[in-house]
Amino acid sequence: MTAELVRGQNHVLPRTRLEIRVSAGRPIVAGATISDEQGKVRGGDWVAHPGSPSLPGLEVSKQAAADHRLAVDLGALPPGADRVNILLALPVTSGAPGEGGGSGAVSFGALAAPFVAVTGLDGSEIASYTITDLGAESAVVALELYRRQNAWKVRAVGQGYAGGLAEMLTDQGLAEARELAARILDAVASGMARSVAPPPQRTAESDRVRQSAQSAQSAQSGQSAQSGTDGHSHGHSTQSAAPAPAEGYTAGSAGEQDDFTLQRPAPPTSMTPDQPGQPDQPGRPEVADQQGQSAQTPDAASTGGPVDYTHPSRRTAAPPVPAPTAPPAEPGQPARPVAGDANGWSMEERLYNQVWGMFEDLARSVAAYRSAVDFAESRMEKELDQVLSDPRSRIGGQGDAAREAARAKQAKLVEQARAVLDRDLAQLAAESEVVEPALPPPFAAWDNPVWHAYRVPMEIPMALRLGDLHLPESADLRIPMLMRLPLERGLWIDSGRNASSATASLADSDEMGRLAMDTAVAIAARLLAVYPPGDFAVHVIDPAGTATGSLAPLRDAGVLAGSPTAGATGVSETLAQLTRRVDLVQMAVRARAADSLPPDVDTAEQLLIVNDFPHGFDDRAVTQLRYLADEGPAVGVHLMMVADREQASGFGPVLDPLWRALLRLTPVPDDHLADPWVGHAWTYEPALTPPGSQVLPDVLARVADARRAWGR
Amino acid sequence: MSVNMAKGQAISLQKDDGGTLTAVRMGLGWQAAQRRGLFGSRTKEVDLDASAVLFADKEPVDVVFFRHLVSDDGSVRHTGDNLVGGVGQGGDDEAILVDLQRVPVHIDQIVFTVNSFTGQTFQEVQNAFCRLVDETNGQETARYTLDGGGQYTAQIMAKVHRVGAGWSMTALGTAANGRTFQDLMPSILPHL
Repeated sequence: MTAELVRGQNHVLPRTRLEIRVSAGRPIVAGATISDEQGKVRGGDWVAHPGSPSLPGLEVSKQAAADHRLAVDLGALPPGADRVNILLALPVTSGAPGEGGGSGAVSFGALAAPFVAVTGLDGSEIASYTITDLGAESAVVALELYRRQNAWKVRAVGQGYAGGLAEMLTDQGLAEARELAARILDAVASGMARSVAPPPQRTAESDRVRQSAQSAQSAQSGQSAQSGTDGHSHGHSTQSAAPAPAEGYTAGSAGEQDDFTLQRPAPPTSMTPDQPGQPDQPGRPEVADQQGQSAQTPDAASTGGPVDYTHPSRRTAAPPVPAPTAPPAEPGQPARPVAGDANGWSMEERLYNQVWGMFEDLARSVAAYRSAVDFAESRMEKELDQVLSDPRSRIGGQGDAAREAARAKQAKLVEQARAVLDRDLAQLAAESEVVEPALPPPFAAWDNPVWHAYRVPMEIPMALRLGDLHLPESADLRIPMLMRLPLERGLWIDSGRNASSATASLADSDEMGRLAMDTAVAIAARLLAVYPPGDFAVHVIDPAGTATGSLAPLRDAGVLAGSPTAGATGVSETLAQLTRRVDLVQMAVRARAADSLPPDVDTAEQLLIVNDFPHGFDDRAVTQLRYLADEGPAVGVHLMMVADREQASGFGPVLDPLWRALLRLTPVPDDHLADPWVGHAWTYEPALTPPGSQVLPDVLARVADARRAWGR
Repeated sequence: MSVNMAKGQAISLQKDDGGTLTAVRMGLGWQAAQRRGLFGSRTKEVDLDASAVLFADKEPVDVVFFRHLVSDDGSVRHTGDNLVGGVGQGGDDEAILVDLQRVPVHIDQIVFTVNSFTGQTFQEVQNAFCRLVDETNGQETARYTLDGGGQYTAQIMAKVHRVGAGWSMTALGTAANGRTFQDLMPSILPHL
């Protein structure tokens, strides 16, 4: 998620290897200075500029350009470095006007507001800042990356200098500021003189960036390449692979790899309960230090003019429709719930937030109940032990009376706790009753009438309902399990019999396989239905052809991207095609050249359903699957495995990272999903169409019609 | 009207009109260390932390502090860690909100503590206070002043406990030493 900063605002940097993107309408000089704790630049070798573009941990471009990409590795800075200032300056074109830069602009006030962004090496934006309100300045400190409490943060500075680079460098405490400023501008001028046309920055820049990105990724891609060529290096690559779990998801503790924690995207960091008992950890959550930050912020307004606190790119087009609020409650009665009674800019967002609110409330109410019951039990045990060890209780009825009293105390407390829980459950059930019918198709169950009025959407929805969640205390109260779109991780529909034992006896392994495929098809159909026509493509690998029956709805409607592939050749062809797509789109994203993709690359989101894994898969295919699971979601390629983990155990531990990268769902109710607040085990039940219902074929037929009408 | 509490004083959380409080906030405020003249970045900041420990029959059940901001049952919420304090007299720098109606039935006492995470004693902290606010109308019901507390790095502030169907609050004001609430547990137990 990108933070759009305003002047003076700061933001935590999640990693130390970064890129700074700069864009201005005209060629400008971009550089960086390193300063120590006192904010002092210790010497000329602490300044990265076109005349000296590389420093330890810093790399800037060699010439002036309208677009820049600076590479920063905060971990590699020289010792004593505490701050990195990203600076922009106008090239002074004295006498020899270059083609692009000789326009005579002498102050930023004459240019469009420069835009700077901090991104990861993969191009994902972390924070951005548009430097507005510049006037007579010809040099400006755009951003400051600074160390705070052993973490790095970025602050939007926007401090301009009318006196140009020399004044800026003097201000940063550099002794030979004037000379260095002159050297920088000389270097820029000679660079401009060399170039005949406005320098084709894009190519040069993107090449450099791709290299640096590659070196960062070498750990990952190199290792996958290695295991791709050398099938015997599995044990080794597994160890080094230990894939960083997708951010926002916490896989369960090391011991229980099957447990996934559902996490609401971008929750307040504070929501994740930390381990108590480690008070000396350096990475202490930093939540409310704004005041301290602002105290240190350089006086941003010193260039004159008041600080503009309005966000430069925030335009409130029309105020959002006011959220429906619950009518005033009757005295003594809880308020009657209303659908959409939550924050959000649209009804969809409000419903999404409301569902998550219900999820949290149910988790917490049940936590309170369980905690009270546990306490009542343990207190009774203790009291009964006391009675037993007390010699007086052996005489007469005293012991019986004491035991009776202990049990009564326990029963009373449990009864009280149950009453509170029932009150909460009743309130949540009433809320669920009004919320469920109000849900739009992506959030609604298949039996919701809204699906009968289904129309092909024009926009991607916020989230998708993958199923229902409930707890044993309230089996009737189902919370929709909403997953943000686009999917951030692949899915694994577990066809194994390690699900709950009751169903295992009922369903044999073939039956489980069929149910798992039905679940996969229902989810795939839902994804097809909620994406705009042609924006989502589904591929199927079905090596042994066992899923023909389950796939019928998708195949009959003609919404699959090609018929299901079978056999080893088909498998490797499909995987190679998707791997190529991931590679190309990754390259295009990094080089910011999305328009130069080959015409045969489908830019729609891709879903690959793999049935019967590992049947018919060789080591190479497994490596490709892992690559797709790790790299695919970021560039719109998603994986849905329908597999039994135990059957796949022949591959050994090499598959563990693959399972961990996927979200496990089950075709039958199974309690394996944990909530992010308390960590209850929630029973997941897939969203399936009611038996005999025609809703799936109907909806898919409409999707197919829309595709034809749109010519996709 | 707020009550300036003395050590050991107990007040009932009955409202003036007879109803009981439903939501209270324990606010903690202190003044940031004075900025030094020349080398501002070396100012020694003061980081106080507020914590709440939930007890059932003298056994700690749950705790709310800067690393666990919401009790599992959701009834007690910490508004977030403040590492440096406020700029002066005024508002709460850290606050713990308690929804008394939602506190699980077996929890009978909630103890509030303040620790100096950075290790300064209360002698070195200025304008530190802790107060109890009725969240429903924003009125301060009780206030306790912390500074001049002597060579201590922690204080057990107050406890909110069940009395009949309602809640009552007792100011404890016991000095102790410790960096987080864990260090205080032995000092808390005698007050339960």
